[in-house]
Amino acid sequence: MRPTDVQNPNYYHKVVDCQWACPAHTNVPEYIRLIAQGRYTDAYMLNRESNVFPAILGRTCDRPCEPACRRTRVDGKPVAICRLKRVAADLRGEIAHLLPKIPDKKNGKRIACVGAGPASLTIANDLLPLEYEVTIFEKQDKPGGLMRSNIPAFRLPERVLFEEVNMILDLGVDARFNSPVNSMRDLLSQGFDAIFVGSGAPRGKDLEIPGRHDSERIHIGIDWLESIAFGHTDSIGERVLIIGVGNTAMDCCRSSRRLGGKDIKVMARRPRKYFKASPWELEDAEEESVEIVINYAPKNFVIENGQLKGMDFERLEWDADAKRSQTIDTVFLPADDVILAIGQENAFPWIERDLGIEFDKWDMPVVNEVTMEATRPGVFFGGDSAFGPKNIIWAVEHAHQAAISIHNLCQGIPTSDRPPYGMNLVSQKMGISEWSYHNDYNPVSRQKMQHVDLVERFEQLNIEVELGFTAEQTAREVERCLNCDIQTAFTGPRCIECDACIDVCPVQCLTITRDGEEMDLRTRLSAPALNLEQALYVSAPLPQTARIMAKDEDVCVHCGLCAERCPTAAWDMQKFDLLIPYAGKTACMTSCIPA
Amino acid sequence: MPSIVKPVVTHPSLQRNQLGLTLRDYEGSMSTLCAGCGHDSITAAIVRALWEVSIEPHMLAKMSGIGCSSKTPAYFAHGAHGFNSAHGRMPPIATGANAANRELTYIGVSGDGDSLSIGLGHLCHAIRRNVKMVYIIENNGVYGLTKGQFSASADTGSKSKRGEANEMSPIDPVMLALSIGATFVARSFSGDKDQLVPILRAALAHRGFALIDVISPCVTFNDHTGSTKSYLYTRQHELKATEVDFVPPEKEILATIAQNGITSVTMHDGSVVQFKSVPADYDPADRQKATAYLMAQQSKGVIVTGLLFVDESVSDLHEMNRTSHVPLSRIPYENLCPGSAALQELQEDFR
Ligand SMILES: Cc1cc2nc3c(=O)[nH]c(=O)nc-3n(C[C@H](O)[C@H](O)[C@H](O)COP(=O)(O)OP(=O)(O)OC[C@H]3O[C@@H](n4cnc5c(N)ncnc54)[C@H](O)[C@@H]3O)c2cc1C
Ligand SMILES: Cc1ncc(C[n+]2csc(CCOP(=O)(O)OP(=O)(O)O)c2C)c(N)n1
Ligand code: SF4
Ligand code: SF4
Ligand code: SF4
Ligand SMILES: [Mg+2]
Repeated sequence: MRPTDVQNPNYYHKVVDCQWACPAHTNVPEYIRLIAQGRYTDAYMLNRESNVFPAILGRTCDRPCEPACRRTRVDGKPVAICRLKRVAADLRGEIAHLLPKIPDKKNGKRIACVGAGPASLTIANDLLPLEYEVTIFEKQDKPGGLMRSNIPAFRLPERVLFEEVNMILDLGVDARFNSPVNSMRDLLSQGFDAIFVGSGAPRGKDLEIPGRHDSERIHIGIDWLESIAFGHTDSIGERVLIIGVGNTAMDCCRSSRRLGGKDIKVMARRPRKYFKASPWELEDAEEESVEIVINYAPKNFVIENGQLKGMDFERLEWDADAKRSQTIDTVFLPADDVILAIGQENAFPWIERDLGIEFDKWDMPVVNEVTMEATRPGVFFGGDSAFGPKNIIWAVEHAHQAAISIHNLCQGIPTSDRPPYGMNLVSQKMGISEWSYHNDYNPVSRQKMQHVDLVERFEQLNIEVELGFTAEQTAREVERCLNCDIQTAFTGPRCIECDACIDVCPVQCLTITRDGEEMDLRTRLSAPALNLEQALYVSAPLPQTARIMAKDEDVCVHCGLCAERCPTAAWDMQKFDLLIPYAGKTACMTSCIPA
Repeated sequence: MPSIVKPVVTHPSLQRNQLGLTLRDYEGSMSTLCAGCGHDSITAAIVRALWEVSIEPHMLAKMSGIGCSSKTPAYFAHGAHGFNSAHGRMPPIATGANAANRELTYIGVSGDGDSLSIGLGHLCHAIRRNVKMVYIIENNGVYGLTKGQFSASADTGSKSKRGEANEMSPIDPVMLALSIGATFVARSFSGDKDQLVPILRAALAHRGFALIDVISPCVTFNDHTGSTKSYLYTRQHELKATEVDFVPPEKEILATIAQNGITSVTMHDGSVVQFKSVPADYDPADRQKATAYLMAQQSKGVIVTGLLFVDESVSDLHEMNRTSHVPLSRIPYENLCPGSAALQELQEDFR
């Protein structure tokens, strides 16, 4: 194999499983260490740099980092990365003085954003410090997008939402509420230097089956949640059927529970392992006595004398991989209300189709995945509006990229010129067998989030269910992190092939063997990996025997023992810091401070 | 001293042996030797061999004397018995323990100082008695623990860290053992587990005393230019004379021997040591030829490694001395010590 190129920041970045999986590449292990040291404000600010809404995300993030977490491969459950983020947000101190300074002087460039969801807010966050004027047009009377209108208050308290949204608006956004943009043509004619479309995916999918339009008691999930958020709905019948089993369905069933629903069923077409909802959301719903019914396909609504009685379902039997189904029989289930939660769609009735903004055959805008630019220069999309419904953290990342593009555009640089990622590597050696990080992780299992009592939590719609971690739980959970960013760095010419590192490694990551192609080499490792996603770190031929050192990154626990037992410091533990470029902030320096 | 003990975690694909134990179950406490010491690699090879043969840790007795090498039994098989004797006295202690309890498997770990200087006489007699044990000399050419004085295995002309040359001639444990009737003689290198592990397995199966001289560089006092026991020197001068595979008794062995083995030795317990390669005209069962070959190579400055000589025909300590089959610890006290009347009677016989 070719010796591994560790000069490319992507190599070590990939070793940090959580950071690699995070769309915004939040520096997870560093913020976890900061929390461990009680530096909550620093932990919060580090989060804010990449994900902009730490308190919101610490409660609601889809957390792609957690399934990726190395701890999952090592011994079971991932580190509670997301809820630790909440700890930083809950315990942080004053940060006003740490927020970006907004210059009074403006650069004369005006940016328009459509919608005041997380995507547009991130644009403002990134561009205001660079002397831009940012105007946000929002059709509702309040900011936040779906975070406000759809994520229920028992998961995300209004206070938390407000605080972080206002933090950005207060930087000096020209926010125009109750101002729907009804025509892109009009907007284009207003002389903005760039337009960012962050209008989301506002339309709930409908279910056109017999009886659909014959009752008032059949609701579209996201519209229904919105009407709760805006105070238009405050009750529901006792028997509720939710159609669909995604994350919206979970919020609908739990909201129903709080508005008077007693017998609540979430109806799924397919078996449990094909559900879209995250496992933790399913758990939370089931804890609230919501029943999840599998293999039921809606057939028709049953309506008598204009009154909804319930629904007929076909009971399905699926083949092994749930591709093909057979109908067993038809079953009637009674219901007072039915909520349709089968997905969201984009809709751009306000964008005229003759403006050079191309749409594809699914009527989605054609958007460059790197620059977020539409086919008409100067128009950008981000968040749910760009590629369909995703989540908050993706909306933030799209907007970071779009902000870079807008900044390029306004400076006359092609939007395709992307500032490179950089990295810093700093040896963690403090002395013989002494490191500046805690190299002994805690083997305890993942801490369980405590919830408000099952009676109390239903008393009001907006009681936050999760209590957050206690100090003891936080102390244990932070030490579960394996510090995947403290990298093992190898200097081949120093190695005397004594095998000390190989012998000491608790998880048999290391092998000295003759060179070969990756697939062959993998069979000759001390312990061949089950997960091939992580790379092999392969050295150039070693001085004494010309064999190579191979490190399988897969389950290294970053304990530093290899470096401690190495007599020549051929192995060193170095902290990897990914330098992420943002608009106006290039990060292209690469530096290394070895032991 | 490492900052932490090894985390308890194991590799997800870690295998289990016949007893359901993992390699990690045969580890001991964390090594306190210098980082990079050859002795630690030998420890790792012992861990692997013990795991592979699925020995129950409590059926193992780890014996040693004094020296860095003699500390190593603490670093493997934490569930085993152990005895750390006075300097050079491990062979007689092991002989006694062996005579008293033949059910345990004995592994002695010693150094070149412990075995070839202060303990040389004891070593010779344990070899002659063919005490059933594995006897490992972790050979670094110096007294590591006392900061690097030349030991009796230092080659003439080999230089100390400060640059002085050794003027005395060395004792080669392999030649010594062959000359006094040793029944299992091997040499290996700490940096070559592929070679050492099968040799250890064969030694564990041997009928009597199995001597393994393992070149084990002392990174701190004897790994410099001018040393003849450094990693680099050993690699540059090593000749792997024989290559062996160890085939345990339960496997169907006959067919494979015919195909792969140049020659093979059936061990006392029915297992087979297959020699995959040996030099022409070399017979690992012929003491004279082996000795002659080794002397010839030695004069060329070559370090010959491999399983060099095996003789399964010689009786061991137990057979020669008709020791008790039942461990003394299980013989009722009245039988072990029949009282003064019985002593009186015995003494009468000698009057
Ligand atoms: C029920 C539900 C629960 C969810 N839960 C989570 C969760 O727990 N975690 C998570 O990460 N994600 C969750 N999501 C998804 C997440 O809310 C969205 O992915 C995210 O809010 C998208 O952000 P955005 O900025 O692209 O758009 P949005 O948040 O949708 O904001 C778009 C804004 O644009 C406004 N707008 C639209 N058209 C116009 C126009 N023409 N003129 C002016 N204004 C306009 C809208 O009023 C809205 O305020 C959930 C979604 C739903 C439906
Ligand atoms: C009776 C006695 N004499 C001398 C010593 C000092 N001493 C301790 S270890 C040692 C030599 C050990 O050398 P070796 O067996 O080669 O072990 P190494 O440390 O090299 O592995 C000596 C002379 C002692 N402990 N006891
Ligand atoms: S162990 Fe820590 S650094 Fe590693 S993936 Fe999990 S959270 Fe990230
Ligand atoms: S840090 Fe070194 S010793 Fe520890 S698990 Fe990783 S490779 Fe193994
Ligand atoms: S411990 Fe150091 S010198 Fe020894 S093999 Fe490992 S990297 Fe090489
Ligand atoms: Mg020695």
